[in-house]
Amino acid sequence: MSAVAVGPRNRRKGMGLGLVAWLLGIVFFLPIAWMALTSFHSEQDAATNPPSFAASLTLDGYREFFGAGGGASPWPALINSTVASVASTLFVLVLALPAAYALSIRPVKKWTDVLFFFLSTKMLPVVAGLLPLYLFAKNAGMLDNIWLLVILYTSMNLPIAVWMMHSFLAEIPVAIIEAARVDGAKLPTVLTRVVAPIALPGIAATALICFIFSWNELLFARVLTGVVAETAPVFLTGFITSQGLFLAKVSAASLVISLPVLAAGFAAQDKLVQGLSLGAVK
Amino acid sequence: MTATTTAPVATTPANGTRPPSARLRAWATRAPLLPALIFMIAVTQLPFVATLVISFFDWNSLYPDARSFAWFANYQEVLTDADLRRSVWTTVLLTVAVVLTSLVLGLALALLLDRKFKGRGVVRTLLIAPFLVVPVAAALLWKHVLYNPEYGLLNGLLSYVGGPQPDWISNTPLLAVEAALVWQWTPFMMLILLAGLQSRDHEQIEAARVDGASDWQIFRHLTLPHLRRYLELGALLGSIYIVQNFDAVFTITSGGLGTANLPYTVYQTFYQAHENGLASAAGVLVVIGSIIIATFALRVVSSLFREEVSRA
Repeated sequence: MSAVAVGPRNRRKGMGLGLVAWLLGIVFFLPIAWMALTSFHSEQDAATNPPSFAASLTLDGYREFFGAGGGASPWPALINSTVASVASTLFVLVLALPAAYALSIRPVKKWTDVLFFFLSTKMLPVVAGLLPLYLFAKNAGMLDNIWLLVILYTSMNLPIAVWMMHSFLAEIPVAIIEAARVDGAKLPTVLTRVVAPIALPGIAATALICFIFSWNELLFARVLTGVVAETAPVFLTGFITSQGLFLAKVSAASLVISLPVLAAGFAAQDKLVQGLSLGAVK
Repeated sequence: MTATTTAPVATTPANGTRPPSARLRAWATRAPLLPALIFMIAVTQLPFVATLVISFFDWNSLYPDARSFAWFANYQEVLTDADLRRSVWTTVLLTVAVVLTSLVLGLALALLLDRKFKGRGVVRTLLIAPFLVVPVAAALLWKHVLYNPEYGLLNGLLSYVGGPQPDWISNTPLLAVEAALVWQWTPFMMLILLAGLQSRDHEQIEAARVDGASDWQIFRHLTLPHLRRYLELGALLGSIYIVQNFDAVFTITSGGLGTANLPYTVYQTFYQAHENGLASAAGVLVVIGSIIIATFALRVVSSLFREEVSRA
């Protein structure tokens, strides 16, 4: 907007501020860039002071991470995380879609109250129910079981999904749906032919955001899983204590495990705010 | 937490008289909602009720037979025990410092990104990236790759200019955790505030500019009042997430050096010390803190929400 720069002084100021923005962007990105570079260095080159920017590149860090040096393989953890994130996201969609429909297109009475109930559960901290959930899982023999995490991640993301999808479905003009019904279309036809095409991008963004939150989760996974069902973030906690020269390995591990989130996040970039603010900001 | 919902009164059009089949139809409209609703109550509300009950018991899981009703003894212990009290204070300090710093930085970045310049999309992507690193991975990155006193990047860069070589985590543990969190949460604030800036009334701003208002005057009298609710929303949502933070504290300092916040303390009290009653009481306190913040948050969300509904 303020780019309607008039006169050379304003233009110079605009360029200066653009440069500042670029500089800050680079500063914020620098740790990630450095981590990426370090992951391709040998452990010796990664641990020099001052840093060796131009050291030769190698894939040893990645080989180490994937268990070449005799360490634990990350694959079980990566597979567990994938199962937990994908399955919980599917459950969320199955539960949230009809709920959002009942809150927007054919709203029930007091639909705002219901909507705000969902929101309030999101504000309940994880530690509020952690101990009873642990005791329940222990007695039910569900400790170290990935499906327990699937259930918990579903409950963690359901409120976000209901809010987001409500705001996407509410954008569909009622007149279109009415018109289709007047033309004799039955409900399933209306849903698949009219509602779905308009709502699909929103549903996809919602799914990506739920996936991110599930993939990132640590506290539940740390407390409720052990060797069998450990997820990728739990695997990463194995790097908390230093193990000699392991900087390239840590960097490779952090980067590989963050890749799905980076990909999903950039894919959902436009709807990210809407999801993070629970649909309050468009 | 259902008690805090201060939702706006629903305004469904009155249907007049209802024949018997209307009740059936009402249930048919409600039916799609029920699975989600029942699921949420079962998985989130019931465990919290259990936490509430356990918080009144003296119960160490290593001595299951010695369980007894203890009234408010656990709460008394949480509030008088020096370590636990310290973790309450740490939680407040951590949350306030991270939220305020990332909010100010996020505002500055949002204002910069609101202007057109070459490569704006690229800069936006660079700035969002820290938020899209898995939190544990981000904490590891700061702990090992940046803070390491011998070969971390910070000291590496300092050695170029002959600066000191501090041990960041040991010298300033809480600040070290806060810096890592600020780095991750600034993009979040920026995104919310950028959305706020882009929803401004641009004609009004142009009109003010034509009338000779300076950039500062426009910012002070038009932009800032408009952004107020977005700032509030960012602060409140940020607080809700950061009050609960576990990953950074667990990874960077393992709760040592006075950085243990309440979620970490709850985790430690029951997972390592097996004090179920005490952990529950601390958990209930976290919930009370969250309810206070959440009440304000819900109010802000509902005011933004109502504005949207009335606009539609």
